[in-house]
Amino acid sequence: MAGNTPLLTVNDLSVVFPSPKGDVCAVNNLGFSMGREKIGIVGESGSGKSVTGRAVLGLLPPYARVTASDITFKGRNLLTCSEKQMRQIRGRQISMVMQDPKYSLNPVRTVGNQISEAYTIHHKAGKKQARQKTLDMLKAVRIRNPAQVYGLYPHEVSGGMGQRIMIAMMLIPEPSLLIADEPTSALDVTVQLQVLAILDDLVQERGMGLIFISHDLALVSSFCDRVIIMYGGQIMEVVDAVNLHKSNHPYTKGLLGCLPKIDGNPDHLPTLVRDEAWLKPPPKCFGRGTAL
Amino acid sequence: MISIENLNIFFGHGQTRSHAVKDVGFTVEKGESFGLVGESGSGKSTVLNCIAGLLTHWSGHMEIDGVRLTQTRDMAFYRKVQMVFQDPYGSLHPRHTIDRTLKEPVKIHRLGDANQRVAQVLEEVGLGAKFRFRFPHQLSGGQRQRVAVARALILDPEVILLDEPTSALDVSIQAEVLNLLQDIRKEKNLTYLLVSHDLAVVCHMCNRLLVMNRGKSVETLTRSQLKRGAISEKYTKQLLIASKGYDRTAIDQFQDFE
Repeated sequence: MAGNTPLLTVNDLSVVFPSPKGDVCAVNNLGFSMGREKIGIVGESGSGKSVTGRAVLGLLPPYARVTASDITFKGRNLLTCSEKQMRQIRGRQISMVMQDPKYSLNPVRTVGNQISEAYTIHHKAGKKQARQKTLDMLKAVRIRNPAQVYGLYPHEVSGGMGQRIMIAMMLIPEPSLLIADEPTSALDVTVQLQVLAILDDLVQERGMGLIFISHDLALVSSFCDRVIIMYGGQIMEVVDAVNLHKSNHPYTKGLLGCLPKIDGNPDHLPTLVRDEAWLKPPPKCFGRGTAL
Repeated sequence: MISIENLNIFFGHGQTRSHAVKDVGFTVEKGESFGLVGESGSGKSTVLNCIAGLLTHWSGHMEIDGVRLTQTRDMAFYRKVQMVFQDPYGSLHPRHTIDRTLKEPVKIHRLGDANQRVAQVLEEVGLGAKFRFRFPHQLSGGQRQRVAVARALILDPEVILLDEPTSALDVSIQAEVLNLLQDIRKEKNLTYLLVSHDLAVVCHMCNRLLVMNRGKSVETLTRSQLKRGAISEKYTKQLLIASKGYDRTAIDQFQDFE
């Protein structure tokens, strides 16, 4: 944090999904606070990283029980916001880039149409102005011929371009916080880095905060300022990205150790030994705070 | 063990015909582990599917253990060559128990002793008898991939084709499956042909590798060349830089390769 007031503060966040076999606690007493910085949330599948991102935006299905003592965004308590107020915040203040453009874009509308809709919903603007803004935005995400891409349908664009279109759509209402949920996992390595570079530049230019959710520890440590490591719905540790390799936590060390490395030896990879003691005692997720 | 020369593979007809693999060739010795690396659309999986006999529109020369491959394959070929697929969620029949899945190849090849073979192969992949009568949905991703490996092993093949065997798994599970594959190869002196987009995985598993891009082979490297960075092609250099994580200055120099 750069010393200023935090952009987003989350305290004691718990998410419980009811199931026939009893309640499943996906996130357990999670808390963090961030300013205008790049923060990474890393964990294996099922660690609750995506659920955390969705809980902040109130995007979980109604049967999920979300409790928290505090979710404050720019001094505003998101827990007490009505659905109508949340709609003002989603997109305009906090927006979210999803994993796969194939499933997140509307297949029957042109991409330009979808991006300009994102702008006109949150800003008073005419069609012409929205189109111009969209073309500028497409240019900002380094699409070479914006005017042509404007009229294309999602099936006509490649994965890398689709992801850049998603980023354009999420950034055009000029939010202060962007949550990126595995934005590049479906892409090739080089394209992945190019898309991240665009994201990085835009976030810096606009002074936004970024929550980058990923399973790729190596990528996150080279891309973000701080890293939150999650396991079993709980935060194992929060470290500065540059110090990640010096981490002492057995889980972080285990995750780093089991990655194959080009300059490593080709013998056995160390495997991760899980320890029940990492997790705090069973959740008391109920009856505290306000339900979202 | 495996020898491929001038392999060309086509998809589609007429105007929409695409040339997916262009004049690719490589050889793999017995007991060696060879890697095919490339980005999506490079044709690496297509080569593997072609060797496995899943594609018929190809031309060129392919030999396995000195026997020239034709468009159709016989039973003896499939005893020698088996494949493990990428997605352990899609490659196991959801309504067959593990036992039934593993017995099917034994029955097809009329090997007999099905019960004993299944028990033995489950032990080899580290699953044990308690998983035998479960359904795929009762297993985790790593366990399913072990079943997929077991299904390939049950025929005692000499060559195993691995198509991104760990890309659908978490890194901690990936390490376990890679270790298992390494152990089995050493124990049975198997030949592996591994396809992956991850340079680090291929470097860990294979002593030689072929880099592919847009259907063409770029270069063949040994593991030590890759480690030393003794790379001659620009494309491979870029791939190597990209696999090392986010570096803002390096990314600006990335280029597209034809």
